[in-house]
Amino acid sequence: MKVVVCIKQVPDTKGGVKFKPDGTLDRGAMLAIMNPDDKAGLEAALRLKDQYGAEVTVVTMGLPKAEAVLREAMAMGADKAVLVTDRVLGGADTWATSSTIAGALRNMEYDLVITGRQAIDGDTAQVGPQISEHLGLPVISYAEEIKVDEKAKKVVVKRQFEDRYHMVEAKLPCLITALAELGEPRYMTPGGIFDAFEKEVTVWGRADLKDVDDSNLGLKGSPTQIAKASDKVKKGQGEKVTPDSAEEAVEYLVGKLTEKHVI
Amino acid sequence: MPRENIEQYKGVFIFAQQVDNELSGIALELLGKAKDLANDLDEKKVTAVLLGENVGSLVDTLAEYGADRVIVVDDPALKDYRTEPYTHALASVINEFKPEILLVGATAIGRDLGPRVSSRVHTGLTADCTQLDIGDFPLNAVEGQEQKHKQLLMTRPAFGGNTIATIACPDFRPQMATVRPGVMQKITPVKGAKAEVVEFNPGFEENDCYTKILEIVKAVSEVEDIQEAKILVSGGRGVGSAENFKILDDLAKALHGTVSCSRAVVDSGWKPKDLQVGQTGKTVRPKVYFAIGISGAIQHVAGMEESDLIIAINKDENAPIFDVADYGVVGDLNKIVPALTKKIEEALAAKG
Repeated sequence: MKVVVCIKQVPDTKGGVKFKPDGTLDRGAMLAIMNPDDKAGLEAALRLKDQYGAEVTVVTMGLPKAEAVLREAMAMGADKAVLVTDRVLGGADTWATSSTIAGALRNMEYDLVITGRQAIDGDTAQVGPQISEHLGLPVISYAEEIKVDEKAKKVVVKRQFEDRYHMVEAKLPCLITALAELGEPRYMTPGGIFDAFEKEVTVWGRADLKDVDDSNLGLKGSPTQIAKASDKVKKGQGEKVTPDSAEEAVEYLVGKLTEKHVI
Repeated sequence: MPRENIEQYKGVFIFAQQVDNELSGIALELLGKAKDLANDLDEKKVTAVLLGENVGSLVDTLAEYGADRVIVVDDPALKDYRTEPYTHALASVINEFKPEILLVGATAIGRDLGPRVSSRVHTGLTADCTQLDIGDFPLNAVEGQEQKHKQLLMTRPAFGGNTIATIACPDFRPQMATVRPGVMQKITPVKGAKAEVVEFNPGFEENDCYTKILEIVKAVSEVEDIQEAKILVSGGRGVGSAENFKILDDLAKALHGTVSCSRAVVDSGWKPKDLQVGQTGKTVRPKVYFAIGISGAIQHVAGMEESDLIIAINKDENAPIFDVADYGVVGDLNKIVPALTKKIEEALAAKG
């Protein structure tokens, strides 16, 4: 069985976001990490490798430095890695990104494609379902658990909703978007890190993408366009008091609640 | 390649999500917003697209909340949500009725359906919007670039809530957005309002993209919907333990409010995920939000900053929650909250 995991290198938003003086994001000043949902998806793929001897390929689209997340994935146990990088791919929205990844996947063999539910930088959760549409694959989003029946060529996935879950069966090949709950990612091993740097990362450019029109790539191929981006405007600070006693605190709060007609 | 004849696309449409033949709150919120947008576009009508099996009884509710027309696709293939038949139905409605704007709730269903549909009809989709306006693109005229008017300007947080971006889709139609639940306002329902009903069924053919639902397990939960609450008493890591949440429960009870919490509380297993406010939880905008023992990380604030009145109680005077609180008290929640509850009970009892 062949599994392809789509991963993205993202700035670590937990450490706060840094901006350049012109208001654009200072990606250079932030730590770059493998997107957490993607890492959970990779872990799920590696478990299928442990269980069924699946071959795991990781693919990413990005700047040349995104190779770092591919090396990390191989150090965790992925077998092969593909970096899709080309100037004409820059500035892509989710339509153009998913068209690009679909173009790369058309050159690969797969039974299962796994993406993360969403990337922590864009927060859209759109690329996975859009890739599936471009490739004509069934999609199961928000996967919490994956079981593969290799013989019957199908997969059963626990698919999460707000107040319930569905056990969903799909035919292979199919695409699954992974929730972080899918599995605690394993660590890289020292041997794995050595091996990961010995292994080759396949680099593909525009010419290696199959059956994709130029008009669907990069900034030019993006239906959505950014009108404005800015650091969030913080609400003005209200009152803050440090009372000497609980009684005083309560008096203050009851006063405000009464004034505002809450009580 | 920009779409040709985009001027043929007219009207504001919303996807009226239903589950178990009950309309989701987001459907009504979207109708409220769609009415505003339709007014700004000088459009008269708002159209709701209702997909499901035997869902005709929901049409009147949609009408009461502002739908002028309801397009119904009623078919057994749409009984429970599955990506493929729902995509087929919604994409077919788009191709037939050509909406200018289509709003979808950013729920676990909408965030699966939206991108699949937008790729099928080849248009742009902006995710998880918190503000929608009609305006010019580019915002200010740029020499050598046509400034288009009456475009949908879609504003959304990104980068974990640290940035806000406004996005347009000038050359493709429909302009599609998924909208975060809990942000837009429902209208006051107009009793007895009726909508024009258009039945439309594109026909469904089983193919390899059709998944099969083997089992549906509903979470057994008696928790209240925190998005509907007028008063939320929200606790964070500072509450200390699951047992200690009792003092928050008591305060909520005194105020006829509901308890909610931060992610740290869910991660510690003190409260269920349904009660979580924030980026990865729910967005709420109650009349009053008590943030008790909540430090106020950006991921939390993103889910509650639209509350009308925010009251913070925290022992750390430097906690970022004080930056968004209208009234902040630095002090020990274990002493303040029980005393506050008692005082409120007395005050309310005195009022009768």
